[in-house]
Amino acid sequence: MDKKPLILLVITALLCAFPAIFIEGEYGGTDGVVEEIPTAVQWFSPVFEPMSGEIESLLFSVQVAIGALIIGYYIGRWQAENSQT
Amino acid sequence: MHIAEGFLPLLWCVLYFAIAIPVVACGIHRFREIRENFPKAVPLVVVAGAFMFVLSALKIPSVTGSCSHPTGSGIAVITFGLPITAMLGMIVLIFQALLLAHGGITTLGANTVSMGIMGPLVGYLAYRVLNKTNIRWEYVVFTVAFLADVFTYVMTSTQLALAYPTPSLSQAWTTFMTIFVFTQIPLAIAEGLLTVSLFHYLIKYREDILAKLKVLRVVRSAVVGGSS
Repeated sequence: MDKKPLILLVITALLCAFPAIFIEGEYGGTDGVVEEIPTAVQWFSPVFEPMSGEIESLLFSVQVAIGALIIGYYIGRWQAENSQT
Repeated sequence: MHIAEGFLPLLWCVLYFAIAIPVVACGIHRFREIRENFPKAVPLVVVAGAFMFVLSALKIPSVTGSCSHPTGSGIAVITFGLPITAMLGMIVLIFQALLLAHGGITTLGANTVSMGIMGPLVGYLAYRVLNKTNIRWEYVVFTVAFLADVFTYVMTSTQLALAYPTPSLSQAWTTFMTIFVFTQIPLAIAEGLLTVSLFHYLIKYREDILAKLKVLRVVRSAVVGGSS
């Protein structure tokens, strides 16, 4: 792996880990704020809601896996194409 | 974080759909043109979309003690411009609204406007300006990704403040800005770094396609320099 992206990825990981380690908080989603608006009424409910937090995180990881698979596939393919010529 | 399902009054939902649909339609049209005239660039559109798919699913802790997620629109907007970014953004948002109860169908228009249009638009404008300068491409890409991310949430805050201006519009806006944008800043930095990482490989392996698309000064000058 190239040095530049590797260094950037390490910095990114540290940056994301920093708050969770050093700052106390509930770490809920910022979108929860909408439900706290006193005048807000939810006039339409989601068509499908994941049955539990576990299933929700499963679906989110599936989303990441699909995206990462596509990116990895093309980068690998491009690298192979380039090394042939 | 996107505006949750059903939490935006109907009139606003309709308005944001009216803004989003023409831009997304234009994006679909552009994508068809690319598919016909420059099929080699299609995988690049797919990768730009996949990058949004990955980043918008990662809920990351921030210094405010709450979590939010990046948007990943930087690659798409630099490489293909605003309409295709809006199209990709809407695809990601539909997936999350239907399967994850994250965002929503009624708020799809509003969320497309923030994540697919207004945020990336600010990034795009910055790109047009910075690309004319001699600033290194890494800084250009970082800044575009950072701004597109932050301004997505500036737009979300504005949308919520307009829909719920209590006690006053400016107070509501400040409240939402503090929650959304402050949380977003470290994530936008992370997003900028990740975008530079992926762009590194795009330039390394697909400089030819980027040059044809006239993306980034460094790529164009490298190719022109190589052929002469």
